[in-house]
Amino acid sequence: MMAARIWRRFRRHRAAVAGAVALALVMGGAVLAPLLTPYSPTALDPDHALEAPTPRHPLGTDDLGRDELARLLYGGRVSLLVGITAMLVGSAIGVTLGSAAGYLGGRVDAAVMRLVDLVLSFPAIFLLLILLNWTAGRAPVALMVGYLGLFGWTGLARIVRAEYLSLREREFVEAARAGGAGVRRVVFRHILPNAMAPILVQAAFAVGGAMLAEAALDFLGFGLPPEIPTWGNLMTQAESYLTSNPVLVIAPGAVVTLSVVAVFFIGDALRDALDVRAQ
Amino acid sequence: MTSYVLQRAAQAVALLALVSLVGYAIMNLAPGGPLAVYMHNPQVTPERIAILRHQLGFDRPWYARYVVWAGALLRGQWGDSYYTGRPVLAMIGERLPATLALMLSAFGLAIALAIPLGTFAATHKYSWGDTALSLGSFFAWAMPTFWFGLMLQLLFAVRWRLLPVAGMHEIGNASLPDLVRHLVLPALVLGLGSIASWSRYLRSSLLEVLSQDYVRTARAKGLPETRVRQRHMLRNSLIPIVTLIGLDLHALFSGAVITESIFGWPGMGRLFLEALNNRDYPVQMAGLMLSAALLVAGNLMADLAYVALDPRIRYR
Repeated sequence: MMAARIWRRFRRHRAAVAGAVALALVMGGAVLAPLLTPYSPTALDPDHALEAPTPRHPLGTDDLGRDELARLLYGGRVSLLVGITAMLVGSAIGVTLGSAAGYLGGRVDAAVMRLVDLVLSFPAIFLLLILLNWTAGRAPVALMVGYLGLFGWTGLARIVRAEYLSLREREFVEAARAGGAGVRRVVFRHILPNAMAPILVQAAFAVGGAMLAEAALDFLGFGLPPEIPTWGNLMTQAESYLTSNPVLVIAPGAVVTLSVVAVFFIGDALRDALDVRAQ
Repeated sequence: MTSYVLQRAAQAVALLALVSLVGYAIMNLAPGGPLAVYMHNPQVTPERIAILRHQLGFDRPWYARYVVWAGALLRGQWGDSYYTGRPVLAMIGERLPATLALMLSAFGLAIALAIPLGTFAATHKYSWGDTALSLGSFFAWAMPTFWFGLMLQLLFAVRWRLLPVAGMHEIGNASLPDLVRHLVLPALVLGLGSIASWSRYLRSSLLEVLSQDYVRTARAKGLPETRVRQRHMLRNSLIPIVTLIGLDLHALFSGAVITESIFGWPGMGRLFLEALNNRDYPVQMAGLMLSAALLVAGNLMADLAYVALDPRIRYR
């Protein structure tokens, strides 16, 4: 009945419902890519390079004759995967440190909050670019996810800490402790479920942020290796053909915008539906 | 107040020192390094490489080089570029004005648009215009910046031929109108995020002020509505925006890296990217330190402006 109320309030946000549908379509396209296109995203076909959209190639072909629709669909797998996993890494760090700070308080709290302040006063983009030179300016997927997660946990840590500070004084926590539950059990089984709402909202925005960051790094030439089709790499590689074959740039950018705006709408509606006070 | 400022300034300096140490370590510990390009070049003999290595100090550990670098910086010496051999300060001097012009234009554009848009949204709450602005800001945040830039180029420069595609000047034309024509698209791309967030923030800030007692008092004593809005509401709701603006100063500098790449703008952002590709450590350090200084200064300014503007806040 709780879920029903949340759903009823979420449904009021038409933009978020439309976003959820759009995101489902984009994700479905990425997952079902082999069923939706007969082409490989990496098979070269130089005889048919830079073709305009035709029924055979609904979005045309790129400069190496690769089918753009296939690259868009398969590229979605990478871009969405990076966005979601980077959010998971960032959330894991943020939730762990934030709950430690909020629940344990004292010196742990002071240390974690100082660390948050420190990370926030570092020029993240510049350091990230310098860090990317460790792997010759391009990062494999797992490393990219790690980097994005490492720079994207501070906001969540603050929010989780604030939640824990107020929740740890509540009766149900007292009761759990009196019942003999250990620290880990109290923190993760009793308090965490009650702090889920702001974490979910923050997570939605983090997915969008990570996807945008990855695409921007692709554009600067410091993203995922160019041979991996990602939405960012698609746009970057088509930049020179902006005048002759604009669809090669328009399509991937439109799909990124649609996906990111969809998760933002969902996050915004969740904030309202789950009763999270605005930041 | 003075002791508060001094304390914050000391923190800022310590922070900059820490950023420089971390940045220097990450840079210098990266595999490869500036001399790697010569390794496979048969024209460059091993002896020559050994001389270069000694000249650049790479025969010593990185922390020893860091001490030398930091000591020189304290005396105002930024060193010479590994790649061009020219003084870093001169290279920055050539590029910084372009970046500052871009940042200032984006900043000015954002202020000029965000204040009326935010005020309109607050005074027409839940109207279709407010809804459209709200949806618009979500799209502004969700678009990849460089894609937005490429779309503007496609429409305004390629299709309609209204504005130049890229660059800062037509060749042989250094007039101000020409510069402004070249600035329009990059400034819009760089400022879009700020327009969206400042106007949204101003809207909620205004709505909060709207229900304050002093606004009701101002209305009750018969002040004209425009005066209530401008003097009593807008002024007070701009205080929290100042914080946001201070924090965004650094975002504009970071954003310039992408904007300059889209529009071939000859500024610091592109210099930094070139330095990354050339493993030009002194220039990389200069870019890193400039951005760190902007971040720290922006935070400091935000805090101090907050204190200066809001008489209710006092630091001992």
